[in-house]
Amino acid sequence: MAVLELDSVSKSYRTHLSLRKYWILRDLSFAVREGEIFGFIGTNGAGKTTTIKLALGLLFPDNGTIRIFGADAARPAARRRVGFLPENPYFYDYLTGYEFLDFHARLHGIPAAGRRRRVTAMLERVGLGNRADRQLRHFSKGMLQRIGLGQALIDEPALVILDEPMSGLDPIGRRDVRDLILDLKARGSTVFFSTHILSDTELLCDRVGMLVKGCLKAVGRVEDLVRGETPFWEVTLRWPSGGPPPCGRVVSRHEDEILVRVESQHDLHRLVSTLNGGGARLLSVTPARQSLEDLLVREVRRADGGEKDADGEEHGGEGHGADEPDGAPTGTAESDTVGERRAADAR
Amino acid sequence: MPGRILAIALNTFREAIRNRILYLLLVFAVALILCAQAVSLMTVGSEEKIIKDFGLATIDIFGVLTSVLLGIGLVSREIERRTVYVLLAKPIHRAEFVLGKYFGLVLTLLVNTAVMTAWFFGLLVAKGIADAGLAKAIVLLFLQFLLITALAILFSCMSNPIISCILTLALYVIGHLLWSFDLLKARLTSATARAICTVFQAVLPNLSHFDVKGQVVHGLPVSAGDMAFAFGYLALYGTAILLLACAIFQRREMQ
Repeated sequence: MAVLELDSVSKSYRTHLSLRKYWILRDLSFAVREGEIFGFIGTNGAGKTTTIKLALGLLFPDNGTIRIFGADAARPAARRRVGFLPENPYFYDYLTGYEFLDFHARLHGIPAAGRRRRVTAMLERVGLGNRADRQLRHFSKGMLQRIGLGQALIDEPALVILDEPMSGLDPIGRRDVRDLILDLKARGSTVFFSTHILSDTELLCDRVGMLVKGCLKAVGRVEDLVRGETPFWEVTLRWPSGGPPPCGRVVSRHEDEILVRVESQHDLHRLVSTLNGGGARLLSVTPARQSLEDLLVREVRRADGGEKDADGEEHGGEGHGADEPDGAPTGTAESDTVGERRAADAR
Repeated sequence: MPGRILAIALNTFREAIRNRILYLLLVFAVALILCAQAVSLMTVGSEEKIIKDFGLATIDIFGVLTSVLLGIGLVSREIERRTVYVLLAKPIHRAEFVLGKYFGLVLTLLVNTAVMTAWFFGLLVAKGIADAGLAKAIVLLFLQFLLITALAILFSCMSNPIISCILTLALYVIGHLLWSFDLLKARLTSATARAICTVFQAVLPNLSHFDVKGQVVHGLPVSAGDMAFAFGYLALYGTAILLLACAIFQRREMQ
């Protein structure tokens, strides 16, 4: 079941004195499934926060539909089971930790009878039990992040949306947030979070969506996205002759062993096929694993190249792909998703 | 009042009472009411009138200042500081947010006016010149504050605090000078121009309905009909303004 579903969502804006339309998001379609951790990755300005604001009804799409638990996201009732933590959260700094969570519990309609217990328990859960009576203006950034998580989770939401939750945190704070996200999943919640810290994404996410300049470039499991394309192989050879190998670049040499980097399967076959005598022997072949970062960097560069060819529209003058709710890329005629290009490479 | 509106209202009240500006205004107002005694000594024969006039004018000015200074930032400052994001991401209607902010400031004004009135009546009782008519004047002033707060929140929903402040204060001044449109209409020969004046009179807030200071200071009675009309005017005009504010905020994007 799709917990959060965007279908052909586009969003543009105009500057005050200009009639020109700038596209922030173009034809965005994807779905977040129940119980998964979904990472929404992209560079700064890719449109991640805009997507989240659209999902929460803070912005309105130019076209397309957004549904939360099957209901129109613009309706307040759709957000009844949603918790949200914005990037660099700003809260009422005149409130104490307790007052702040109590206020948000009231907004969720938690009855007075259980509210005190719920608020106290949440303060403990986010590690601020001993800061209940301190005003938020005296909180550190990490503490603000934790109290922000507290307000997001106060009503045990089924969908938790976090905008850059690790941004600006120290390593301990980041680990705490990571643990909390995993804990949420263990409790049965669905977590959707945006980030540009890709190491966290690879560690945490069941699936990711990659947004580049307002266009969705890929959706799927991390393993599926990074698998398939091997940018190069590292081949270790016993190479007593001392001369250069027939192809590839020698990275290092130690006595009669050399490490050679080859960048195509053709060169790899050619190199291995030459090992037919003279003491030359294959010791190991290691395909380089592509990381999400490599993938993102490549997509951004590709989009930059495409933008130069576009007719002056910002973000997404090029074709762009969309994925079906099940995560299998479908795209359109001019689709440009990772999945499609990989299929083309295979052919 | 639904729970969410009440929660936002109480939080707005809490914000106001933790705001130094409110105390600054209140201290000035209380000091000025006490100054009425000193000012009255400088006049001959009309000490009672001066004290009442000065006290009511002080409550009027400081109540309006509180309405405007706190009201103009009620919504726009929340957007500017981005505190509104987490609120509107909750299962609340935007209208509940606007109404919660409004009623929170109404509660603040109620406490503010009550404190000023208590000081004022303390002085009047001490001088032995307390008068029930003054209470009616203060109730009408409070109704005026409610209307001005609605206007301030309307502008706050669509503009920044500076522009909101200018527009609200402009309407406050115009609202007390609407009678001058009658003089203008008498001089105009064009029927169209007179019709435009009539439209302005109907659309702009007529705050003279809430101003009976002159009457009560001179000992003239304020009829129940005048009071009822003021209540009715506030109910209709204030509701229309708040509905407009909610409609505008409903369409506003949180960039």
